[in-house]
Amino acid sequence: MAQPGKPLIEVVNLEKDYPTGGGVFQALRGVSLSIAAGEFVAIMGASGSGKSTFMNLLGCLDRPTRGSYHLDGQDVSRLSSDQLAALRNREIGFVFQGFNLLPKLTALDNVALPLMYAGMGRMARRKQAQATLDRVGLGERSHHTPLQLSGGQQQRVAIARALASRPRIIFADEPTGNLDSETSRQVMDFFSQLNREEGITLVLVTHEADIAAYARRRIRFQDGRVVEDVAQVEAAA
Amino acid sequence: MIFASLFETAWHALVTHRMRSFLTMLGMMIGVAAVILMLAIGQGAQAMVRDSIESMGSNLFIIMSGATTAGGARVAGGMAPTLTFDDANAIRELDDIAAAAPVSPGSAQLIFGGINWSTSVFGTTPDYAVVRDWPMASGSFFSEADVRSGARVTVIGAVVARELFGDEDPIGKIIRIRQAPFEVIGVLASKGQSLDGRDQDDTVMVPISSAQQKIFSSSLRNRARMIMAQAVSEKRMDTAESAINELLRNRHRIGVGQEDDFTVRNLTAIAEAAASTTRIMSLLLGAIAAISLVVGGIGIMNIMLVSVTERTREIGIRMAIGARRRDVLWQFLIEALTLSLIGCAIGLLLGIGGAWLVERLAGLPVAVTPASVLMAVGVSFLIGVFFGFYPARRAAGLDPIEALRSQ
Ligand SMILES: Nc1ncnc2c1ncn2[C@@H]1O[C@H](COP(=O)(O)OP(=O)(O)O)[C@@H](O)[C@H]1O
Ligand SMILES: [Mg+2]
Repeated sequence: MAQPGKPLIEVVNLEKDYPTGGGVFQALRGVSLSIAAGEFVAIMGASGSGKSTFMNLLGCLDRPTRGSYHLDGQDVSRLSSDQLAALRNREIGFVFQGFNLLPKLTALDNVALPLMYAGMGRMARRKQAQATLDRVGLGERSHHTPLQLSGGQQQRVAIARALASRPRIIFADEPTGNLDSETSRQVMDFFSQLNREEGITLVLVTHEADIAAYARRRIRFQDGRVVEDVAQVEAAA
Repeated sequence: MIFASLFETAWHALVTHRMRSFLTMLGMMIGVAAVILMLAIGQGAQAMVRDSIESMGSNLFIIMSGATTAGGARVAGGMAPTLTFDDANAIRELDDIAAAAPVSPGSAQLIFGGINWSTSVFGTTPDYAVVRDWPMASGSFFSEADVRSGARVTVIGAVVARELFGDEDPIGKIIRIRQAPFEVIGVLASKGQSLDGRDQDDTVMVPISSAQQKIFSSSLRNRARMIMAQAVSEKRMDTAESAINELLRNRHRIGVGQEDDFTVRNLTAIAEAAASTTRIMSLLLGAIAAISLVVGGIGIMNIMLVSVTERTREIGIRMAIGARRRDVLWQFLIEALTLSLIGCAIGLLLGIGGAWLVERLAGLPVAVTPASVLMAVGVSFLIGVFFGFYPARRAAGLDPIEALRSQ
């Protein structure tokens, strides 16, 4: 659990440079913000404004060029690559725009995958994966492969996979980008419910205002900087 | 334990890409089959040579009439033998020699009942059985007394016994050797093929005196084309050889600088040379086959590299959900290992089946030994690790973000 008074996520002057042909491209130019446990945050901004870059840093998939990132009071820059992997495995769930399921595995095996890397035994992880699929309403489809599922169903499998190891934070990068509006609404309702009922911290990237409206805080990026950070009333509540 | 799961993952990956897995294993299969087959043929040949050497007798010298020619240890044919029975007796008295027998070789037609059989005939003495370490299957060898009296008795080889007598007991029967009647008093135990491929059991032996009087009608009595002698031990082979040389030069009054009229050959040494030749041949065959194993390993590495490239996104996903670098490394290493070991198993079956066919169809002796099977499995394992490591390390070294972005 988060220490009281300490934010779950705290970044200070975060910068990310990408090497380009000539010199470097500054994708993030000094981002400072903190997110408390249980928040539901939407990150908005034009394409290329650095949202994904920021999410990848928060998700411990990448390391910042400069600046500091504390996750639950822990300085992430000090962690080894194995420790980061363990963090991603246990504390963090990812949901991607393109679902990123393994096409050859069944829904059940996809959801069980993070549990395998957590060292859980075969029977236990299948059981837990099945329970998680039940939660997202796909219990009946556990032996289907991604190709046999619709986009919305695939995204729900991906959410189940993110939830399987019971993480405290879920990072979702444009999770509704590939979905129609009805399916998007279902996915967002489910996210809201997760956040409300289980206190899972949610950070979600979107460039659609109606999707961002589900969150209680909105952060806008522009050219690698935060240009807006406001609380908002939860629209769909 | 995560390892069991990684095996499952590897297995799943191999099964979902059945055709590619099969093609990847093909090189390994052929390599292992070739190694097993080549070693089986090589070791079969070695075993045959070893058996022949054992059947020859141990610590053996063959002393031949005539000088050593330029071409090697060839004896000039047609000339009168220079060795005598007395030479054989004198050699036998040497300290380093256990037994020595003069031998008068030839061939003759045998007749028993209505059956004709052409075979080799050896005129010799009882020491021959000692020198050749040749036991009897039944009856007994002829005696010194038989030699002295020129008795018309004979000891026959297993093949002759079978051809002339079938299931009958040959002992006491009279056979004609080039018309002269001889009584069969013994049957030799079977020895099989000699080093030069002749059937040693297709032979008869008679006292050397009788051979010269009744069969070969040799004008030169008491002379032998060759003498076979056995040293008392392997250690004394060298001293025995020089003692024989010295003795015969003295007896034949050969002066300093003059050419010998006899040739002493150390048969055991020649046999050992033959054995080491087959050993080297067998190693060479194995080494050539091993090259195809390495080629098979490179095939696995190629496909694994392709596989890593193709599955970059999968690797990114696995890393994003918590796979450590070493988990990815192991996943691909285990995949390569599984491929090479399954390839090895199929190759083993092919190799053993091939060896069986070679024995059946080509009549070559083969021997699939546990050692060669173990070696093939061990080498396949090492190849799997060696050629699987580079692609696996490449997979494990991928940057998760880059990997996720790839298509
Ligand atoms: N690996 C990279 N190398 C070079 N430039 C990159 C790399 N990743 C992202 N960028 C650049 O950084 C900027 C921000 O990218 P990104 O964070 O993906 O934006 P968003 O998600 O807001 O659309 C873009 O201009 C993009 O082209
Ligand atoms: Mg993006």
